[in-house]
Amino acid sequence: MQFGRALALARRDWKRIFREPAFLFIIMLFPVMLTVAFGTSFGAVGESQSPTFKVGVVDLGPGDNSTSAGQFMDDLRATGVMNVQHLADNATAQSALSQGQLQGVIVLPSTYDSTIQSFRSYPTEPSRWVNSTISLYLDKGSLLSAQTIPAVVGQVLGQGVLGIKSVVPAVPFTISSPSLVKVQGSSLFATFAPGLFAFASIYMIMMVAQSYTAERENGLLDRILVTPATSADVIMGSVISYLVIGLVQAILVFVCVYGLGYRPVADLEGLLVGFGIVTMFALCNIGFGLITAAISRSAGAATGISFLFLMPQLFLGTFVGTSLSATAQAAGKFFPAYYVTDALTSLFTRGAAVTSQSVLTDLAVVSASSVIILLVGIQVFKRFGKA
Amino acid sequence: MQKEMAAATSAITIDGLTKDYGDVRAVDGLTLSIPEAEVFGLLGPNGSGKTTTINCITGLLKPTKGTIEVGGFDVKTEGAEARAIVGVSPQEAAICPYLTGSENVHLFGELYSVPRKLLKARVDLAMEKVGLTDDARRRVSKYSGGMKRRVSLAMALVTDPKIVLLDEPTVGMDPQARRAVWDFILELRDKGKTIVLTTHYMEEAEELCDRVGIIDHGRLIALGPPAELEVKYRAKDLEDVFIQLTGRRIREGA
Repeated sequence: MQFGRALALARRDWKRIFREPAFLFIIMLFPVMLTVAFGTSFGAVGESQSPTFKVGVVDLGPGDNSTSAGQFMDDLRATGVMNVQHLADNATAQSALSQGQLQGVIVLPSTYDSTIQSFRSYPTEPSRWVNSTISLYLDKGSLLSAQTIPAVVGQVLGQGVLGIKSVVPAVPFTISSPSLVKVQGSSLFATFAPGLFAFASIYMIMMVAQSYTAERENGLLDRILVTPATSADVIMGSVISYLVIGLVQAILVFVCVYGLGYRPVADLEGLLVGFGIVTMFALCNIGFGLITAAISRSAGAATGISFLFLMPQLFLGTFVGTSLSATAQAAGKFFPAYYVTDALTSLFTRGAAVTSQSVLTDLAVVSASSVIILLVGIQVFKRFGKA
Repeated sequence: MQKEMAAATSAITIDGLTKDYGDVRAVDGLTLSIPEAEVFGLLGPNGSGKTTTINCITGLLKPTKGTIEVGGFDVKTEGAEARAIVGVSPQEAAICPYLTGSENVHLFGELYSVPRKLLKARVDLAMEKVGLTDDARRRVSKYSGGMKRRVSLAMALVTDPKIVLLDEPTVGMDPQARRAVWDFILELRDKGKTIVLTTHYMEEAEELCDRVGIIDHGRLIALGPPAELEVKYRAKDLEDVFIQLTGRRIREGA
């Protein structure tokens, strides 16, 4: 393989994108239009990006509001995302919740104080802890609060109330499974934004498949292969061009979502890793594109067949998946797009560190699966696609 | 040493070439030697095996049996070396429609690793030779069929190859363009290039070719200079020879 030849072929691909309206639309304009459409449809425009959750806290402990419960509520307020009200009893709280006056109810059990005391007395002896369950009641409808409130409560309980500064294997509190609540002052767009990056990139499958089938049809692929250029040069040319295209798409989508008010909480390192994951995902799409080209007899057929690979990733692996059933979401784990979206959600929305297990796992899965799918695509195209 | 001497006399050596597509034998035991600086015409009806032979010479198809040497290099085992000295203009124009004429030629110069400092001059010269200088910056999608054929020819020649394979080089061209391409081919021969062309135009073969080989059903059925074949078969022209040998039945394309 010679890099100069691969680069020459890559430059040709780039020119194609800017000169063929269909390619330009799918690769560059469509992601922008989609992002703007989702941004306006799901409330990014004109709304605050700083979510504030109205929650009520019920302390079932003996007597009036205990010191521990008071500290818990103060710590919740200190997060800046919780508007906390103390409620006398669970019935009142449930009534307020059902009437939409609250977005969530947190019920501290009667054993709350004793649980904290037991932990502080015997921090390293879990067998002597008094275990408690914090009950969460959340209004259905909001995806963002469902992700945020349990996480914030867990953080406040661990770092604030119990004073844990590092990760420990166990704590004496269990947080019950929450329902979904509506979020005030935020938008669904913030939840969907990470998925847009994968969504835009997936359409590369169609472009790669169309390119290869069209060039096979008009004899150009054969013609290139009777020059000193090898199959490896041709594939490397595609890899170079579509990696760059993937990166450009990611930057375009980022500019759009930022312009629409989405503010990733990731630092520069997180952003770079996020872009890197999206770029790596292009390899997977080249692989699927080659498989599509191998089994397609014409460029027109390639367009249709590409949806076999495109749609499942689209619905199960990108932002759409967050609204699907648990079964559908589990199915999404078989598609690399799911891990791209998950990694970007962790990095951009949750502010996870690039070294967090979740991000590293996603990165490993995306990298490994993309390389494998690319290699499979190359072999399938070599075996069945040239004729 | 032996290989170098052979290369000095024979540009292309085909020995017992057989190519099967499943049960269909496209080329059947073709043996042929084409010396350097010769214009050789490969003639035959549709589906006779001409393009299959060309594709085997380029290495695009693997022979079922037999060997092919190009410039002394075995196409099967020294394919990269062989491809480096051959310029190919296939039957279909096979060009990038979204690139300009000169960009297509430039791309193929890069694929042949033509040095960057030489490439622009080579591209300009090739475009001039095929009469497309004025249209060099237009996208090929705007070209006529004949212009596409000519830019395809320029793509084959930008690398200044020792051997040129032209599959139906003047199909779809008007008489002026065809004449210009003929002149260009003869100019290449005068520069010592070996040219193998397939054509359905018998007058083209008579005008250009030092020798022609007529193949039918994959077999070589006649070989020699056009004038000699006309004498041998008591024909008034090459077309008459062709009809005598291959019959009047219309063949389907292959």
